[in-house]
Amino acid sequence: MNSQWIAVIITSLLCYAIKYIGHAIPEIWLAHPRVQRITNLIPIVLLSGLVAMQAFTTKTKFVVDHRLAGITVAIAALTAKLPFPVVVIGAMATSAIVYRLKI
Amino acid sequence: MSVQRDSLSVGLAVGAAGVAFGAVAVADHFTVAQACFLSFVLFSGASQFSLVAVMSSGGSALSAIVTGTFLGSRNGLYGVRMAQILKLKGAKRALAAQITIDESTGVAIAQQNLQDQKIAFWYTGFGVFFFWNLFTLLGALGAKAIGDTSAWGLDVASPAIFCAVLFPRLKERKLLFACVLSFIWALSITEFVPAGVPIISTVAIAAIVGWK
Repeated sequence: MNSQWIAVIITSLLCYAIKYIGHAIPEIWLAHPRVQRITNLIPIVLLSGLVAMQAFTTKTKFVVDHRLAGITVAIAALTAKLPFPVVVIGAMATSAIVYRLKI
Repeated sequence: MSVQRDSLSVGLAVGAAGVAFGAVAVADHFTVAQACFLSFVLFSGASQFSLVAVMSSGGSALSAIVTGTFLGSRNGLYGVRMAQILKLKGAKRALAAQITIDESTGVAIAQQNLQDQKIAFWYTGFGVFFFWNLFTLLGALGAKAIGDTSAWGLDVASPAIFCAVLFPRLKERKLLFACVLSFIWALSITEFVPAGVPIISTVAIAAIVGWK
């Protein structure tokens, strides 16, 4: 079995276990304000790091390319409170155009 | 009736984004079967996208597992909340756990009374589940057919989706600070550490910023 299947299966099982444990544990365990603040921050920092890697690196090297144009449009669309599909499709279209024009 | 209708329209709208996941997964060299397995069993968008992204940027299976699991951890917190509303045992609890995600919890807790909260949870959860899986398959098959995914913007689909997920949560100054700091941190260490580390190491920023 290759490493992709291993990651797919193990992450799937762990994520289900977390969902189930949430339904099964007493709420009091997570009531501490510090635990709540940190658990609230964790998805935000991970997603932020992930966006940085996906948009500005190629094989761990820092790269600025057509993806910057796409992300700029996404953030502009979000600032203008445009709906979710517009944000994503706008970013994709912009990035694709810049890529094809080889700017 | 309107609770059911609203829940199912959320299910359709959110589930349609599964087309992006299917396409991105295949663009990042995962198979159609792996994309479908993730949507069916893992069933948590951020974890699915991150797993695929970490491995395609050269990260190990371990760093993909850790990142994906951390991103899935908020579903556990949703589970704690939903358990108080649903009060289930046995097989029903096991089933409810699988569809405990952002949308099912969000639509449920927006309802005024207990009965509507329960209806909203099940309809939204299963609605998203059905459409997310259907569209993952379509997206994966579609991406196989188009070749160079950069020419279709698929390489920014996933970061653009994450920007949209993050954006509404950044109203608080502390959250914005942690977000910007993590972004800069990840980019500044990426050339010096193994792939996956720039992302996972941001958990330390969450602990430091959230400490007080």
